[in-house]
Amino acid sequence: MTDRTGKMSCEEFQAQLPELIGSGGKISELEHIQNCDLCRALLADLETIAEAARQLFPVVEPPDNLWEQIESKIKGDGADDEKKKLESGLRTGMAARLE
Amino acid sequence: MSDSPAPTQMTNLARNSRNENTNPAARGNRPGAFTPAASPDPTEAQALALAQAGDHHAFAQLYSLHKRRIYSLCLRMVGNIAEAEDLTQEAFLQLHRKIATFRGDSAFSTWLHRLAINVVLMQLRKKGLSLISLDEAMEPAPEEGPGRSFGAPDLTLAGAIDRLALERAVADLPAGYRLIFILHDVEGFEHNEIAAMLDCSIGNSKSQLHKARLKLREALRTNAQQEARS
Repeated sequence: MTDRTGKMSCEEFQAQLPELIGSGGKISELEHIQNCDLCRALLADLETIAEAARQLFPVVEPPDNLWEQIESKIKGDGADDEKKKLESGLRTGMAARLE
Repeated sequence: MSDSPAPTQMTNLARNSRNENTNPAARGNRPGAFTPAASPDPTEAQALALAQAGDHHAFAQLYSLHKRRIYSLCLRMVGNIAEAEDLTQEAFLQLHRKIATFRGDSAFSTWLHRLAINVVLMQLRKKGLSLISLDEAMEPAPEEGPGRSFGAPDLTLAGAIDRLALERAVADLPAGYRLIFILHDVEGFEHNEIAAMLDCSIGNSKSQLHKARLKLREALRTNAQQEARS
């Protein structure tokens, strides 16, 4: 993985990059990144993408009538539950009478 | 290397996800979120307790507190307003059905996000739209080794990204990558929170985020090359 001088290769460096980035390490001070244009460019691009992502897709408000729809479905759920309880009660009562 | 370095030692890439981030787009509108160890917002805590006991008004209050984040997450994942509304509705219906089972092992917002993510993923799977499912995205993909990111320095993004091009590239990501990118880089969740939400390891979350960013870089460079030719 390392080159002839014993230094880290690009492949080796990039294999460690997810962990280095994810743990907030001081990557720019690493020897490989200081000496490798390719990996420095890669890191700069990834930083640019992460920075740009913060400006993407602003938090938006759902339409006002969405709560009404949810509320109506919740009531529907409640009515279904009541109906099921009633049906279950009727079945139990009928079964008891048949016995 | 430690998972919790001093802020001064962080790269821009990692800083995006930290609590000290003051960017309102990344951290500002998140009531009660990201602080599982801290005390929850008293308003939310009261509403939660009441909603768990069946209080309808308290549930409405929880909806009011979390609707923007859940709707925005759905919209970012599916890119379609009508579908995002349906998914938000389904997420809150499921919340209503399951709220009594919330035991406070994680922050309520994390739990709700996880519930919403499951609703979104179920929908994506139904539609067969995700080229890579979340499960697949969580698996190591040896064919996507670090060599894929090699490229000539003259093809760098040069510090400037067309926002629309990036949004298109995010929309084109496989669902699993898109989800982790949105949760971390757009919404500002930390890797430990994402790992808890998606039932994966922190290392997996870091690795998949890295792959998502590499894919975006590739897409943006291709886009820049095409624009340069035309």
